[in-house]
Amino acid sequence: MTTPWLDGYELVVGLEVHVELTTQTKMWCGCATTFGDEPNTNVCPVCSGQPGALPVPNRQAVHDATLLGLALGGSISPRCRFHRKNYFYPDLAKNYQISQYDVPLVLDGRLEVEVERDGELVTEVVGIERLHMEEDTGKSLHLGATGRLHGADRSAIDYNRSGVPLLEIVSHPDIRDPETAQAYLRELQAIVRTLGVSDARMEEGSMRCDANVSVRRPGAELGTRCEIKNLNSVRSLGRAIRFEALRQVQVLEDGGAIVMETRHWDEEAGVTRTLRRKETVTDYRYFPDPDLVEMTTTPEAVERVRAELPELPAVTRARLAATGVPRAQAATILAGGMLTLLDDAVAAGAAAPAVANWLAGEVTGHVSAGDATLEGTGLTGAHLAELVAMVDEGALSSTMAKQVLAGVFESAGTKGPRAVAAEGGLEQIGDDAALGAVIDEVVAANADTVAAVRGGNEKAIGALVGQVMRATQGRADPKRTNELLQRAIAAADG
Amino acid sequence: MSSGALSEDEVRHVATLARLALDDAEITALTPQLAAILSYAEQVGEVAADDVEPMTHPLGLIDVYRDDVRTPGLSADDVLAAAPDPQVGRFGVPRIVEEGA
Repeated sequence: MTTPWLDGYELVVGLEVHVELTTQTKMWCGCATTFGDEPNTNVCPVCSGQPGALPVPNRQAVHDATLLGLALGGSISPRCRFHRKNYFYPDLAKNYQISQYDVPLVLDGRLEVEVERDGELVTEVVGIERLHMEEDTGKSLHLGATGRLHGADRSAIDYNRSGVPLLEIVSHPDIRDPETAQAYLRELQAIVRTLGVSDARMEEGSMRCDANVSVRRPGAELGTRCEIKNLNSVRSLGRAIRFEALRQVQVLEDGGAIVMETRHWDEEAGVTRTLRRKETVTDYRYFPDPDLVEMTTTPEAVERVRAELPELPAVTRARLAATGVPRAQAATILAGGMLTLLDDAVAAGAAAPAVANWLAGEVTGHVSAGDATLEGTGLTGAHLAELVAMVDEGALSSTMAKQVLAGVFESAGTKGPRAVAAEGGLEQIGDDAALGAVIDEVVAANADTVAAVRGGNEKAIGALVGQVMRATQGRADPKRTNELLQRAIAAADG
Repeated sequence: MSSGALSEDEVRHVATLARLALDDAEITALTPQLAAILSYAEQVGEVAADDVEPMTHPLGLIDVYRDDVRTPGLSADDVLAAAPDPQVGRFGVPRIVEEGA
């Protein structure tokens, strides 16, 4: 099938996603994996590649990799091992990266993603060839006039990241458009976060993505691919694929040939540029690392890990949709790690759509606006259920409910909505007599407006409702106020 | 790579991968030496039979792991003591990436 915007060609994309595990320590040694520490402070003889230092695999990292492999529907290799991938690069202190080669830990997974196409939600299946374990490299800082890669005359290496457990997830070239690539990356991120094996922050590099992009005439053999690096966001991935596909079609249409190479995505310029010609596979001279022994996994061990799998995002989404939570809100709640709050509030008796509305609206707004974290708000499912109940009972107007929620945040969750409302006198005036007194005052003080309403200008009553709301600091029920105002005006008339 | 077929070009390729600058005389001298080393190693092929599993480790150990517990490492000063050109707490190195046309 041709890609509509590719002039008779079909786009073919495969993704390689790297995920840093959030273990306490590195893959082969007991150094901390903390992000953002002072350079070269989490380094030991093993991760700085000193002669004679011996790597020992991190049990937790192997467990986490197995868990993710199972979440992706993969099969766990009963026996696997580590290889040395040899190449010279200063961010690699040993001159080789320990990785997996012939037998990775996980084979044959798949990921179902939802893509919106012509306003409809379509499910696409992307096959996963393998998931293997390896180690991250040191981090380079490019010194120079511009401080960027281009034009840097010196580089400087921090080995804190060297040896951090890294998973590489390689998809089949099943992806046919940028939207599916983006959905795949987002879904993988959601799964990894649900499992708690990585924070998968693209901006911090704990999740990274390379795209193998090629184009071909429909039905033809796969075209020569280029690997695109430096994709730092889901948005960059989509933009880069689109640019690269158009570039390749242009080269072919001009009678040229695509050269297999690695290209660098320049986010600012919106273009890909040649980074280096691809070294062939044999140039890495992979061989089994003699410092490491085989890893075995029994079927029983696989089942024990499988039993730990939590509800995966696709299942959660279906469950939320069934309870009437809009898709966009469900996505916000999942991305914000607020599912437990939602589930707890529902368990405490609230309706899911009402709770979802608060979480995706006010709560998300509060957390993303300032320095607040979700944990820092002290918000619980019980608080949310209480808030929803108060609104349902008519004890709070929606405006007041927002103030009450802000009060809960202010108390860091030590006070619930009922306590905040009682202390602040925020409850809605449910008493017609109390409201009627305010209304009489407003009617008396606004003779002109009252006359306008009486003269047939029904919209003018809105100004009077506003006066009542102001006089009660928003504690009046606008609908009831409107009714009582009409009655009062009619009565004054007679 | 079979020793019988080891060419000077293959030696040049291996030297490039190992970042060794060898001149033509050295390549000519090293090619038969490397061929001899390879043919020595190939003697293993004479005893390796189909019924023998390839061995990746001489001790026959499997499943050696460590728990995910922090252990002390080196101080940044010790780490950088071996750096020929320390730069802002890091190892200064020649510019890493050659950006092409």
